[in-house]
Amino acid sequence: MNEFLLLRHRNPGEEDIAELDAYLRLGGFQAFEKAVTQMSPQQVIDLVKDSGLRGRGGAGFPTGLKWSFLSDRFPRYVVANSDESEPGTFKDREILERNPFQFLEGLMICAYAAQAHVAYNYCRGEFWQLAQVLQQQVAQLLERALLGDRIFGSDFSLQIHHHLGAGAYICGEESALLESIEGKLGQPRLKPPFPADRGLYQQPTVVNNTETLANVPLIISRGAEWYRSIGVEKSCGPKVMCLSGHAKNPGNYEAPLGITFRELIFDMAGGIRGDRQLKAIMPSGASAPILPATDAVLDTPMTYEDLPRVGSQLGSASVIVMDETVDISWAAAKTTRFFKHESCGKCTPCREGTYWMDRLMQRINNGRGALADIALLREVAQQIAGKCLCPLGEFSISAVVSGLELFGDDFGNGAGNGNTPEASRSG
Amino acid sequence: MTPAKVALQLCEKYASEIEAILARYPAEEKRSAVMPLLHLAQREHGYVTRAAMDEIAQLLNISSTQVASIVGFYTLLYAQPGGRHRIQICTDLPCALRGADEFAEQVCANLGVKLGETTADGQFTVEAVMCLAACDKAPMFQLQNGTGISYHERQSAEDVRALVEELRAAGAGRGETESE
Repeated sequence: MNEFLLLRHRNPGEEDIAELDAYLRLGGFQAFEKAVTQMSPQQVIDLVKDSGLRGRGGAGFPTGLKWSFLSDRFPRYVVANSDESEPGTFKDREILERNPFQFLEGLMICAYAAQAHVAYNYCRGEFWQLAQVLQQQVAQLLERALLGDRIFGSDFSLQIHHHLGAGAYICGEESALLESIEGKLGQPRLKPPFPADRGLYQQPTVVNNTETLANVPLIISRGAEWYRSIGVEKSCGPKVMCLSGHAKNPGNYEAPLGITFRELIFDMAGGIRGDRQLKAIMPSGASAPILPATDAVLDTPMTYEDLPRVGSQLGSASVIVMDETVDISWAAAKTTRFFKHESCGKCTPCREGTYWMDRLMQRINNGRGALADIALLREVAQQIAGKCLCPLGEFSISAVVSGLELFGDDFGNGAGNGNTPEASRSG
Repeated sequence: MTPAKVALQLCEKYASEIEAILARYPAEEKRSAVMPLLHLAQREHGYVTRAAMDEIAQLLNISSTQVASIVGFYTLLYAQPGGRHRIQICTDLPCALRGADEFAEQVCANLGVKLGETTADGQFTVEAVMCLAACDKAPMFQLQNGTGISYHERQSAEDVRALVEELRAAGAGRGETESE
């Protein structure tokens, strides 16, 4: 790609677009102005629908369709999900830090489409410093009358507030996030009703991921057809792929959806540290099944529809790569510990199941596991599958079940993470 | 100590901040302010005191138990005092693939504590925490103290040693005694 569309701050010679004046000089907020002064809310929704934009937080739900589901009641709310907490995911943080106004503009266009007069940006509590800066940036928008009452002389008024979480992965689930803003425990709601009908304070609400919203100004400015020309048929647009683990150059990479893992890992990120063999990849953080680094997997296009064909999910495109030194049972023990810690406790299969999987994984990983433990591990995973209110339960078994199936040998020996002194030096 | 007496502490000191927090939410949904107020209270003492929970409960018309349940649920909020500075190291999978566990061990060894423990002078608590969205810059940790939360990325144990010295010196400059 010649031009960065989401990580615009990386374009050569670009000014610091985290400064409002620089962002304005580069045409910032013209999309918002166009939407508010020249388009009806319905036209904005239709355009976003036509663009094929799908949610970048992991679920991949069509964004315009989500907006069109809003019940005909007021007030309505829009909420940005900046609770980025999936292991392996760090894209929203870069957007918020380096290209904040494109995100805010997207949130503002979304609010106009939803006819909401209050928008909340839910930032994970650890982004405390970042939220302070965002608050100042919103104050600047108020000063310039890009926020506030009767924006551009129209009837549309909008306020944006930031709401800090306090350390809970589950609040990335949209209904748990809404509970959290309401001052309650971050536990998912039983659905339906969906947030579009009964969301924040039981009012119609749109919740969108930070990166999703950063795409919206592009669509308004350049049109749906242009947007659809990026990527592939059912997975359109630019995507920030997060690459972590044993890559030579871990980091965020912006590319059109549809590039292959091989292109990302080898062409863009320089391959594997120490030029070791790539053993396995986790395409969507800790949540989706682990894939062996076969040619078939490496040549799979990174799209919402191609990943299920090889047995995993695109999710938020947060790719964790592991070289030949990694014991997959050690990796699965790590993800299991994470989900055990982050289970909100509402559903028994997840609360108890992740606890037991964690104990079993620790035992197996410490070389003290018995053969019966493997059978028990499978059974506990089966007891979680399909029995929880939200996807966290499902996520918690992904690495374990796929690890057992594809890397069974690793579940018989001791720990290993590639960080022997010798391995670390080569990194 | 009566709740009414306690209630004056945060409100007196942070009246305008509390007013600004409450203004972000609909008047009939004051409960939404519980987390921002808890963050505020925690910066005051390094943890959320019982008195602060009572005060926040009173301010928002909810029970102290409801406030305490929020503190218990969210990992960034503490009901018990810890070190003045919390060094919170991410040891999740992506960071661990880049040496976070070994880094955490070295940091602990240098401070003479185990994970979860506080140094004898009460200054530093070292903890392993879940993913902090900085996987490409491992090893990393966040430093949590009275001034807020800051990220420290691409760290070595030596970097931490230098930071610890710096914070100790700054603390001594403010007259915090070693035995405090």
